[in-house]
Amino acid sequence: MARVVDPELRVVTIEELGILRDVSEDPATGAVTVTITPTYSGCPAMDVIRADIRGALAAAGRTDVEVRTVLHPAWSTDMITVDGRRKLAAAGIAPPAPAGTGPVALRLTVRCVRCGSPDTEEISHFGSTACKALWRCRACGEPFDLVKPL
Amino acid sequence: MSGGVVEYALRLGDDALIAAQRLGEWSARAPEMELDVALSNIALDQLGVARLMLSYAAESLREATSERGTSEAEAKPYWLDGDEDSLAYLRDAHEFRNCLLVELPNAGPAADFDAPGDFGVTMVKLLMLSAYQVPTYEWLATAGPDRRLAEIAAKARKESAYHLDLASLWTVRLGDGTEESHRRIQAAIDDVWPYGHELFESDEVVEAGLAPDPVEIRSRWLEHVEAVLATATLTRPADGWAPTGGRTGRHTEHLSRLLAEMQVLHRAHPGARW
Repeated sequence: MARVVDPELRVVTIEELGILRDVSEDPATGAVTVTITPTYSGCPAMDVIRADIRGALAAAGRTDVEVRTVLHPAWSTDMITVDGRRKLAAAGIAPPAPAGTGPVALRLTVRCVRCGSPDTEEISHFGSTACKALWRCRACGEPFDLVKPL
Repeated sequence: MSGGVVEYALRLGDDALIAAQRLGEWSARAPEMELDVALSNIALDQLGVARLMLSYAAESLREATSERGTSEAEAKPYWLDGDEDSLAYLRDAHEFRNCLLVELPNAGPAADFDAPGDFGVTMVKLLMLSAYQVPTYEWLATAGPDRRLAEIAAKARKESAYHLDLASLWTVRLGDGTEESHRRIQAAIDDVWPYGHELFESDEVVEAGLAPDPVEIRSRWLEHVEAVLATATLTRPADGWAPTGGRTGRHTEHLSRLLAEMQVLHRAHPGARW
């Protein structure tokens, strides 16, 4: 499982992204049950993720596999691990600020993932995939993706 | 699970499905690339919610049928034993439960058929829809009686908050923009406004406690929408004509045309797979 990466954020594993909920094995039959959750309701990568999980387990000799999808608790960008955030930033994708649970969402400065400048602006709420927004750095002029807080 | 939950899941699912199809019509045609990406992303979010809602409705319909059994003599719709796809692709217009608002063409309710989309109309429709979806999902997630609907709504509320944000920002930008953009989005809000009333109607499904109190949702809806219109220097239209019928399957002719495009491939090649 540690090798299965997200198809749209290929630098993080599904565990680091926080969408892998559980892996269990029936000791009697050896059947493996993997439980995952979608990031966004319409995430088109779910079928690929299911196939990749089956592929990884098959490579490890496990073919009696069930992949379950659960919705509760709803995924939040706060579930991305510290390692996952570090890897996203290293790949030029800005990790999300805390999503916050209060009535007023806290908007923190987004730093440019290339030059580190806080002088950045949002170009669009919606980016190359459902989970990302498009930002631009005013200091170095480069556009970059931000995993938007959810 | 009662028939009421099936009916309510169909309403929410059909709202999202038809909204997704209309938004998808903008793909490769939006005014600028960022909006193309945004509208397609919002369509994808809506489609995701539609799939979850229709899957729930389909499962419940299957359970209800197997418990009750059906007699040979009983007229049985052919989508009854199916899944999300059967509900989306095999029902006819009168079997859809979406509000009229989402089926209105992107060019506006009074435009000629096949007229090109009007971005202002789309933003007004999205504003009116997401200002209804956000408080509805919030209630379902935190106070609703049905666990499955609560789980779906807990995800959807966060996504719809982004949709509402985009629609609000663009309504302000167009309203408080140029003379031309102001004139056009005011015309759009005047045309589409009457279709908002249907969102807050009550009937036995709502009264059964499955849905939030429409009076409460309407007051939150008005609070947000009126504030956006005021910031946008737009005039809030007077309440008057209130077209209705979507929740009982009486739709505008626009839905039939939308379904023809959405369903043709599935119906031409039943059961085809990638």
